[in-house]
Amino acid sequence: MKFTLSWLKDHLETDATLDEIVERLTSIGLEVEHVDDKSGLKPFVIAKVLTAVQHPDADRLRVLTVDTGDGKPPVQVVCGAPNARAGLIGAFAAPGTYVPGIDVTLTVGKIRGVESHGMMCSERELELSDEHNGIIDLPADAPVGASFASYAHLDDPVIEINLTPNRPDATSVYGIARDLAASGLGTLKSGAVEAIPAKGETPVKVVIEAPELCPGFALRLVRGVKNGPSPKWLQQRLIAIGLRPISALVDITNYVTFDRGRPLHVFDASKVAGNLVVRRAKDGERVLALDGREYTLTPEMCVIADDDSVESIAGVMGGEHSGCDENTSDVLIESALWDPITTARTGRALGIITDARYRFERGVDPEFMVPGIELATRLVLDLCGGEPAQTEVVGYAGHVDKIVSFPLSEVTRLTGIEVPKAECLEILSRLGFKPQGSGDVVDVAVPSWRPDLDGKADLVEEVMRIHGVDNIAPQPLGAHDAVNSKILTTLQVRTRTAKRALAVRGMMEAVTWSFIPAKHAELFGGGQTALKLANPIAADMSDMRPSLLPGLIAAAQRNADKGIGDVALFEVSGTYEGDGADQQRRVAAGVRRGTAKLDGSGRNWAGNSGPVGVFDAKADAIAALEACGAPVDRLQIEAGGPAWYHPGRSGTIKLGPKTVLGTFGEFHPKTMEGLDVSGPLCGFEVFVDAVPEPKAKPTKTKPKLELSAFQAVKRDFAFVVDKSVEAGALVRAALAADKKLITGVSVFDIFEGASLGADKKSIAIEVSIQPVEKTLTDEDFEALAKRIVENVGKQTGGVLRA
Amino acid sequence: MVSVADRESFAVNATAGNLETLEASLLADIASAADEPAIEAVRIAAFGKKGTVSEMLKTLGAMTAEERQVNGPAINGLKNRVTEALTARKAELKDVAIAARLAAEKVDVTLPVRQSPAERGRIHPISQVIDEIAAIFGDLGFAIAEGPDIETDYYNFTALNFPDGHPAREMHDTFFFQPDEKGERKLLRTHTSPVQIRTMEKQKPPIRIVIPGKTYRQDSDATHSPMFHQVEGLVIDKTANVANMKWVLEEFCKAFFEVPSVKMRFRPSFFPFTEPSLEVDIQCDRSRPGEVRFGEGSDWMEILGCGMVHPNVLRAGGLDPDEYQGFAWGMGIDRIAMLKYGMPDLRAFFDADVRWLSHYGFRPLDMPTLFGGLSA
Repeated sequence: MKFTLSWLKDHLETDATLDEIVERLTSIGLEVEHVDDKSGLKPFVIAKVLTAVQHPDADRLRVLTVDTGDGKPPVQVVCGAPNARAGLIGAFAAPGTYVPGIDVTLTVGKIRGVESHGMMCSERELELSDEHNGIIDLPADAPVGASFASYAHLDDPVIEINLTPNRPDATSVYGIARDLAASGLGTLKSGAVEAIPAKGETPVKVVIEAPELCPGFALRLVRGVKNGPSPKWLQQRLIAIGLRPISALVDITNYVTFDRGRPLHVFDASKVAGNLVVRRAKDGERVLALDGREYTLTPEMCVIADDDSVESIAGVMGGEHSGCDENTSDVLIESALWDPITTARTGRALGIITDARYRFERGVDPEFMVPGIELATRLVLDLCGGEPAQTEVVGYAGHVDKIVSFPLSEVTRLTGIEVPKAECLEILSRLGFKPQGSGDVVDVAVPSWRPDLDGKADLVEEVMRIHGVDNIAPQPLGAHDAVNSKILTTLQVRTRTAKRALAVRGMMEAVTWSFIPAKHAELFGGGQTALKLANPIAADMSDMRPSLLPGLIAAAQRNADKGIGDVALFEVSGTYEGDGADQQRRVAAGVRRGTAKLDGSGRNWAGNSGPVGVFDAKADAIAALEACGAPVDRLQIEAGGPAWYHPGRSGTIKLGPKTVLGTFGEFHPKTMEGLDVSGPLCGFEVFVDAVPEPKAKPTKTKPKLELSAFQAVKRDFAFVVDKSVEAGALVRAALAADKKLITGVSVFDIFEGASLGADKKSIAIEVSIQPVEKTLTDEDFEALAKRIVENVGKQTGGVLRA
Repeated sequence: MVSVADRESFAVNATAGNLETLEASLLADIASAADEPAIEAVRIAAFGKKGTVSEMLKTLGAMTAEERQVNGPAINGLKNRVTEALTARKAELKDVAIAARLAAEKVDVTLPVRQSPAERGRIHPISQVIDEIAAIFGDLGFAIAEGPDIETDYYNFTALNFPDGHPAREMHDTFFFQPDEKGERKLLRTHTSPVQIRTMEKQKPPIRIVIPGKTYRQDSDATHSPMFHQVEGLVIDKTANVANMKWVLEEFCKAFFEVPSVKMRFRPSFFPFTEPSLEVDIQCDRSRPGEVRFGEGSDWMEILGCGMVHPNVLRAGGLDPDEYQGFAWGMGIDRIAMLKYGMPDLRAFFDADVRWLSHYGFRPLDMPTLFGGLSA
């Protein structure tokens, strides 16, 4: 919403400065977004070039004598503009003037030996435009000696406010003046509109077939108008707020729209066939609108039609066919009420943004429908002449004020400040509310221009914003026993810890899009209809991700494409198994590419990093699970993962037969191809929300530490087994041989070779033994070794390597 | 040099002259021993079974008491002095050997070592800022609440007092999913506010929560991303008012921007889910190019929206607005991260460029705490 200071002062009697007004507007909720104040141009005067001769020493310069209109002798000015010539009238800056476009305060100086006493300015030098091809060239009748700013109407600051959707009353200069007056910054002038004496009936009848979309319609014919350009004052106001003057009749509708928030439409009566009907559009019905574009309508939209065709898209834009032009002599002025929701939807569906739509979708004051037409008629008569017929009003049932029961204590209850009762009532009255009653609870009648207001909290806001939010002193929020419980849930703690744990492993946290290309989603088990966006922002951001991996892999590849091939990325965030609130998972995932291993990447004098692979991913996955509090010693690793992994180089981490805690591995060649990425690449996903919650008891004492007095020993064994035997199974068999004495089994060598036979391999393990009751004898060790060999043999078919 | 045979002859005849000669000879041998085996050879030659000194000592047994009185101290003296010289020389040679080994073991310590993984890894600024926010509000007794990204129209709009068709609803540029059989369509939440309702549904006041999370709007340019992050706060009890809200937000801004005081400007505004509603600007200084300083200067920057929870929202959460009241606020996490840490472009947040992450990200062990200084 834009307006000028002088326009505001049409409605507001005030001595306040521009700065005061701007500050007050913002503090009462009418946020000033921009002020265009050209008051810095005051010293520039209109001056006439009397003579222009070539500079003796410079080809491109001319020496001018300039009449500045102050009655003194002409001044000499050196000027470089190509259009500087005798007889030109332009904008002159005397020495001492600050010229904003060049950021210089002028002094008398010599330019190539010739004295210059000022400057003839270009538009750019005055910051009016980027025009700098020549100096300002004004019409011959421009008054020499007068202020250039006031001549060019630049002395009226333009204020733009960023209006919130709840304030239809402030879509008018009058409404803004009312708010300022209520806040004590002046007096509101009367906005009363006189009825115009009329002659005869308006011959065009109006039928409202869709009353749910049109709660009122007023129409008046004015015969015998002369529609030319509107007067300067009107044109200037419209130009100042960014509108293009068209003709007096059209300019009047725009003026009333901004002045009083009352959009109007004018039809050329000679082009309207028969009567007007307000109805829903027929499906596929077309109309050529005033913007020269043709729109196709639907029955959800409301139109005004005559006997032949649609003449206007109700509340949004008029039709080209019956628009007014310079030949219009009989004009029909329309002032109607349109359903806000329908107006908003129609405008949105058709992509039309107009000042009318802006107001109708917020809600136009129904009680100003008829005064609006009277005001417009007054202006038409003043500017275009003519003879008005009576206003035809159809469908309007009148307005009944909403009554809100308002306990005045609400102000203190909600804001924490005491506003005296008298002040509350005074504020409401000045805003046009009518408080009734004298007790602690008053009935407040809401004015017709405030459709947004319907409860006591709204009235508190009115009192608060006018009283001043700055007057509310901060008060500490007291402590609350009931909320002094856990700040973070287990899942939140685990999410945070998992992030830090993965970052400590040299990985960088990425935040990738929740929506990914359909093809990527499908590769990772997603792509179901319920997770497809109906209106994605781009075709490749269409599906909610079933996994964090495709986004991370794509991110790794983007880095590789920039020449950084060794990257380790992770993300801890949501994936989507369905559209239900409980189908969003919390997942920690990571990828490593190139040689981005835990220890570092690339070449190094102490040993180069090799390509990343399944075991790097496995280590990351287990570290993430450990950070999440998973019982790492009870995890089971199963060979193979979901289809997007390499079947022979991937694994699944389980806790018990049913709970899958994660997957890891290198990727299937088809996955890599589908994502259009290259390796080496590995990754993992860990389901943070699948890790069992800890037992309810918050603080656990740790079990007593038992330290054995006997020396621990280590024994090595090498077993020959079938190639298909998993090392994990052999380790479990060895551990099970004596649960009391054996404290650990590690695999230190894997060997395959012809000497062992095809389909065989050797697995070498180191068994840690901790005697607990006595030092073990050789016989004890023999017996233990025998049990280990037997158990491994039984479980895996392995035999001791010869 | 005296031969071993000669020494044997000395041994049998332990005269004073012989002893002197033997001692001189042994001490010379000790002094000239070049390494540990050489000195060992000298020791054996002197003190071995048939060593010269050993033999000399043996002669003592055959001597008369008088002879022994003369020769005993002389021979023992020789023994002690030679032993002492041996020990000293041995220690000396050991030091030499160690020094030689150490010299041989010298490496070029300027060779670079691999950087610690913990130094390479990074935490994304969004996570860091969420942790900072949790630290500040945790200290004020707020719990962290979360909710799903895929929401229903009810939780995202209706329950939050967005009337159907209201312009405010359309300002949200919502991402929708395809309608289901019943014609209902899910959407991506446009703000974190649905969690207000979800929390009220399962928890009775007093409620003090902050809600960080992902939000989505169909909008994309340098300052808008179709996915972004918001944090929202909610206080509901029987007394929480605008004055309390101003205090909480001032405490937050001081703590978050780590300034001793900050001027804030509360402007009346509009949000469907609060009434009264306010927008908050924070005092800042933008006079230095590319840098914004908070807590000083004469500019204002809009930073958050807030207000008293709308009675209709309380009702939707199953609370009586005449009994309970409270306030809520919301702000962009990405935006305050950009303001605090100076990232120029929002889009880079979601690009996963490791150069950006390395520069703007945080070290894994830089955990924000109030006692340690948030971003210390």
